[in-house]
Amino acid sequence: MVTETDVRKQTRDIIAPLKGRQILLIPAMQAVQQKLGYLPPEAMEEIGELAGVSTNIVYGVTTFYAQFRTKPVGRRRVAVCRGNACNVRGSERILETIGRALNLKVDETTPDREYSLETVACLGACALAPAMKINEETVGKLTTKAVEDLFPKKAKQEGTPEK
Amino acid sequence: MAQSNTMHQILVCQGTGCESSKSAKINQALAEEIKRSGLSDSVQIKTTGCHGFCQQGPIVVIEPEGIFYTGVKIEDAPEVVKSSFVEKKPLERLLYHDPATNKAIPLYKDIQFYSQQHRLILRNCGEINPEEIEDYLARGGYTALKKVISSMEPTQVISEIQRSGLRGRGGAGFPTGKKWEAAYKAKGSPKFAVCNAGAFIDRSVLEADPHSVLEGMVIAAYAVGASQGYMYVLADYHLAMKRFNLAMAEARKRNLLGKNILGSKFSFDVDISQGAGAWVCGESRALLYSIEGKRGMPRVKPPLSVDAGLWGLPTSTNNLRTLASVPLIINKGADWFAGIGTEGSKGTAVLGLTGKIVNNGMVEVPMGTTLRKVIFDIGGGVPGGKRFKAVQTGGPSGGCLPESALDLPVDFEALSKAGSIMGSGAIAVMDEDTCMVNAAQGFLSFCRDESCGKCVPCREGLPMMVEIIERVTAGKGKPEDMSRLREMSDTLIQGSLCGLGRTAPNPVLTSMRYFRDEWEAHINEKRCPALVCKALINFYILPDKCQGCGICARACPADAITGAKRMVHVIDQSKCIKCATCLEKCPPKFSAVKKVSGEAVEVPKEPVPIAAGTGAK
Repeated sequence: MVTETDVRKQTRDIIAPLKGRQILLIPAMQAVQQKLGYLPPEAMEEIGELAGVSTNIVYGVTTFYAQFRTKPVGRRRVAVCRGNACNVRGSERILETIGRALNLKVDETTPDREYSLETVACLGACALAPAMKINEETVGKLTTKAVEDLFPKKAKQEGTPEK
Repeated sequence: MAQSNTMHQILVCQGTGCESSKSAKINQALAEEIKRSGLSDSVQIKTTGCHGFCQQGPIVVIEPEGIFYTGVKIEDAPEVVKSSFVEKKPLERLLYHDPATNKAIPLYKDIQFYSQQHRLILRNCGEINPEEIEDYLARGGYTALKKVISSMEPTQVISEIQRSGLRGRGGAGFPTGKKWEAAYKAKGSPKFAVCNAGAFIDRSVLEADPHSVLEGMVIAAYAVGASQGYMYVLADYHLAMKRFNLAMAEARKRNLLGKNILGSKFSFDVDISQGAGAWVCGESRALLYSIEGKRGMPRVKPPLSVDAGLWGLPTSTNNLRTLASVPLIINKGADWFAGIGTEGSKGTAVLGLTGKIVNNGMVEVPMGTTLRKVIFDIGGGVPGGKRFKAVQTGGPSGGCLPESALDLPVDFEALSKAGSIMGSGAIAVMDEDTCMVNAAQGFLSFCRDESCGKCVPCREGLPMMVEIIERVTAGKGKPEDMSRLREMSDTLIQGSLCGLGRTAPNPVLTSMRYFRDEWEAHINEKRCPALVCKALINFYILPDKCQGCGICARACPADAITGAKRMVHVIDQSKCIKCATCLEKCPPKFSAVKKVSGEAVEVPKEPVPIAAGTGAK
């Protein structure tokens, strides 16, 4: 289990190289999230201290941008694009199908923290619509059949998902 | 890299589209094959950015012949190498086939998708290695910057851009020269030059030709007197960032970026600012706040960003495609550029063709080209023999235009007059299977979710408007709903600070204006003519077609289908979640599942034996 002090130390180590840069706050948050997977409250406090702003400001920025998360997520983050091109090509049905396959609603994580389901505004892979990302890998030209193959029955878990 | 005339090149696309189809591995396979065939001395592999024809990816081009291979797979590598360089005969099966005649078209330049384009901003995309500055230099790269620094005053650069008629490609279409002039005259130091690379098209250009963007940015900075620049890219666009970083490093080595550029007194450097995902940050003021590390929200103007931008200092913000046009204007002259396009909109438009269109991808046409030409001649029309229904231009807050608008020219004025926008350059085509009420709901929900919450009409109005449309698509619409939506749109347009709020009602307003019948069918007859809105449709299994195979019952996620072997299956309408799985799974030779809206279909209440002599044998 990672303790509060660990998080503080890790955060300080991650953001140390950014000291003195003119643009600081968001890059620091991005760097910490990349390492820790999300932004725990203690990390926000440390980042605020470095950037010279209150934790309130850090929290405000965290909740404003889609990229930042305040809760841990699954090892495999499934992000379905709901941009314009994907919408027109049926991303809604893809999202429903994945939701059914994983027994998840948007912004939920499976009890074993294997999968979490989210949506993104635009992946920028419009020619591959409908598209999604599983961690860093873009998967495009999705069909309900492709989704069934990607998430076989055993991925589905009966327990209550984490919000 | 010296190249003799007999040297062949294999260009392998590694834009995001082709890359997600494993083009990096294709590259590797081709390299191994060339080595194995002993061709390493005469054939060179080159990684390129996006060719724009993403629908056909992964794309491989053989130069100097210009042979265009589509949908290349890893296992095709030996055959590609053998046919291209040993037998010297194009590999027929991987060539692009004209969808109308099904004839193979071997050469890049003969494919209609390309032959009808006018590629200025995309001039190098797919043709150079974005990771090699030499490639860009060999095509006249950085000559515009040299010309500017050695022989032009900032005011001369500004007046050249003004004379060219270049307007911002980010959406608003503000004259670039005018913006530069204001930033040049603004008091305050240091000044900043910012490039916005927020859209799909911008990402492709940055991945394929980062140097022309950088060159444009340095020229812009020279014109306005900026010493620091920021490239604003979404944090998700890893490849674009990697290539731009590489481009900057190469440019610094050659003194094209950094201190005393090309030996002059002018110094300028660029840093990447990674956007954290907020659509409103396409608005220039919100974008600048985002770079500063704040919540990206617009503010009241004036003061304009050119006077009080980043940290309150003068800032010129330009879209990536605007900046990529600049080196060309400097090299070829303002008159040349002003000769392309229409009266009010000069130059070209880069458009992202998406949705229900045969040729998905990125194209560039002169401003003023008709939507019909873009969608049908270049885009190849609507796939699957379906009818064209509507096109949305400019992104989620663009208007939905009907077939009668297809002869409109693509330019700032004509699109805005028809109720849409030039916006990001996205062209999303919808076919007859699209419900325009449902589509309006989707686009509006997107804007609702992306509203920053600052202006009340946008923050509170959009959720209320979505609620009304949800009621309409649920079959609970009231006759006054349409006029109420119009009133609320009006408030939103008048009461919002930024483009997001002011344009968000576009899809709803145009949908009601051009597809009134469809709205009335939902509201008055509780019917969805396109068979999309779940509350208004039903699925039935036709007793004269069902063969009792049971595939639908096994696939139904809601356990709503009952039946047994050789029995006509029945859908329990109270359990059905309208997911259409049964319709998809029913074997085409039976086609027993029917989707209807507002009509009753006679079916048995319980499974019954299949009647003798009906259906397939």
